[in-house]
Amino acid sequence: MTTLLTGAAVLGGAPRDLAIDGGVLVDPATIDPATTDRDGVEVVDASGLIALPGLVDLHTHLRQPGGEQAETIASGVRAAAVGGYTCVFAMANTNPVADTPAVVEQVHRLGLDAGLATVRPIGAVTVGLAGERLADMTMLARSAARVTVFSDDGKCVADAELMRRALEHAASLGAVVAQHAQDPALTRGSVMHESPLAAELGLTGWPSVAEASIVARDAMLAEATGARLHVCHVSTRETVEVVRAAKARGIAITAEVTPHHLLLTEELVRSYDGRFKVNPPLRAERDVQALREALADGTIDIVATDHAPHAPEAKQTAFADAAFGMVGLETALGVVQQAMVETGLLDWAGVARVMSTAPAAIGREPGYDAPLEIGSPAHVVLIDPAARAVVETGHLKGRSANSPFLGVELPGRVLHVWHGGRRTVAAGEVVA
Amino acid sequence: MKHLLTAAMPRDEAIALLDLAEDMHQIQDREVKKLPALRGRTVVNLFFEDSTRTRSSFEIAGKWLSADVINVSGKGSSVSKGESLRDTGLTIAAMGVDGVVVRSGASGAPALLADWIGRPVVNAGDGTHEHPTQALLDAFALRRRIHGDAARGKGLDGVRIAIVGDIAHSRVARSNALLLPALGAEVTLVGPAAFLPVAAADGTRLGVRAETDLDLVLDEQPDALMLLRVQLERQGGHVAPSPAEYITGWSLTDERLARVPEATLLHPGPMNRGLEISSRAADSDRSTILEQVTAGVSVRMAVLYSLLASDHPSSDNGGAR
Repeated sequence: MTTLLTGAAVLGGAPRDLAIDGGVLVDPATIDPATTDRDGVEVVDASGLIALPGLVDLHTHLRQPGGEQAETIASGVRAAAVGGYTCVFAMANTNPVADTPAVVEQVHRLGLDAGLATVRPIGAVTVGLAGERLADMTMLARSAARVTVFSDDGKCVADAELMRRALEHAASLGAVVAQHAQDPALTRGSVMHESPLAAELGLTGWPSVAEASIVARDAMLAEATGARLHVCHVSTRETVEVVRAAKARGIAITAEVTPHHLLLTEELVRSYDGRFKVNPPLRAERDVQALREALADGTIDIVATDHAPHAPEAKQTAFADAAFGMVGLETALGVVQQAMVETGLLDWAGVARVMSTAPAAIGREPGYDAPLEIGSPAHVVLIDPAARAVVETGHLKGRSANSPFLGVELPGRVLHVWHGGRRTVAAGEVVA
Repeated sequence: MKHLLTAAMPRDEAIALLDLAEDMHQIQDREVKKLPALRGRTVVNLFFEDSTRTRSSFEIAGKWLSADVINVSGKGSSVSKGESLRDTGLTIAAMGVDGVVVRSGASGAPALLADWIGRPVVNAGDGTHEHPTQALLDAFALRRRIHGDAARGKGLDGVRIAIVGDIAHSRVARSNALLLPALGAEVTLVGPAAFLPVAAADGTRLGVRAETDLDLVLDEQPDALMLLRVQLERQGGHVAPSPAEYITGWSLTDERLARVPEATLLHPGPMNRGLEISSRAADSDRSTILEQVTAGVSVRMAVLYSLLASDHPSSDNGGAR
């Protein structure tokens, strides 16, 4: 099947045509401009729409195996597809934990079965995420699932020696260690940002230094080992400053920010609504501003969703008892448009960089290095930047609805998505 | 007032509640302590956390107003069988109760119940958040000490109050830090640094001063001292000083008591005699500790009346939460 997209603003630039054939982008000049659907060529009028490369999420929780009441790989990739994603990296904190070839290969296989998007399993750094001994990282890297990212996300690799050995091991495998930076001793019982508001609400605060101090330590370990370190969900101004200093020093450090940390502040916790409980917590306005600036200037490399589905009963309870996490795949692009594009901090080419090419590069996922260029795999998203809609549960295609954006109007709409040339989303709906 | 979830309220609302509590206070001198105001109304005391003092006080308050009062405790209820906070609240609301008094170990639980169940909710203490009726009864007892029988209509203007102890973990301190300044008082929070909340350090939210040196504060001759129960055993070795360290720095010892001969003493109870307060201080005629307990019933009658009496002007107007 050949597809012709006419008049798309490619990466937000001048309108031109794109053509898809055999799963790759081909020269549109090879297709007769007078062609129509009736000629066996699917023609999509993309005028007024922006074409971006398929989005890549380096940080998704798909919950399977073990948490299928909240999400499955099949439901998770549906959420990914409507959000414009063509590749998601599935975090290792499943049950059982993805610390053996059997589990990562199961996730890999279920991803292939689900289609819609590439699912790349992340391997655990430590056995059972227990932080006591290293997982068999070489076996995971050499499995059929081809693990390139290791993370105990949800938990911090707090032991410095273990982290050092994990980095050494990852370096030898060409892999990256993605650290959930949270000093457990400084965050016992913490459920929200440590601030005057936390004191007012009677909730235990999560101090900023609990994140920055681990990132500082890990940056020095990465330098000492020559390994690549990736910092998950940076949430504070202080961490931004540590990452900036580490990059200036030449350390191989990359960092991500979530959409929710780019837009939301701790003030939402005033409602005690468990939907706003996330780890790391929503921070203060000054942190939001610092994160936006850091993403714009490249200190923070990518946007990653930390999509964390939970069944309703895990959230509809007292704030301290509620589960941490929010879903984010379906709303990420709209949030980034609002926080970064509409504020003039990023153009659409920049969005393509932080949501597609850079995360693919960190995760060593091939096919994203020459976005929307002829010969590249046809991972394409068409969005209508002028659309605006209030997020409702009907927009959420995953199994859980714990979105902090329900009832919030967001800009932009993902209209069409192709994954390796296969149409996965048409007119905003998943193609069966 | 639709619910009583917080002690943060406008001055006129607080004074109206305290004045109503004065009216209710008169019933304590009667032979038959019963008003018909809440006849036919049902109040559930939903206590997820153990409490004798507060639960009894609410129960007496409800009964003296002729309400039917049901006590439900977390232990032995469906809560201990795993029923969620939301389901428990909805179940109780479905039984047609008129108001719910909630004590919970989880900060914010009463606010969530108020949203979920559509009935007036009174916060009887939630986690380390608030205990608004305790703050109201503290203010009531203090106002009586200062103004006597002429207390009606008055605030606590210019009264300097030091609250001493584990501020960070105290819902009593938090509610008092919100209510007392609204009544015109100047509040100073005093305790070891680890016991002072971040909010106190910059003073922006709670609007109060924080100090770590009790002796300096005593030099200023505060009008009242509120000593909080200190639970060193719950703090863990990283946070709290030892009992000896605490007594050295922050206990109202006999020596410190002698240095503030005019100060009124408050304590929400139960007391650790010899830790946060000496026996001589607790038993002195400047102590309001038992008056606070008595005031608790009057204040809770006022709150229940305000929320549930059909002829009370504020009972159904959807005003302040």
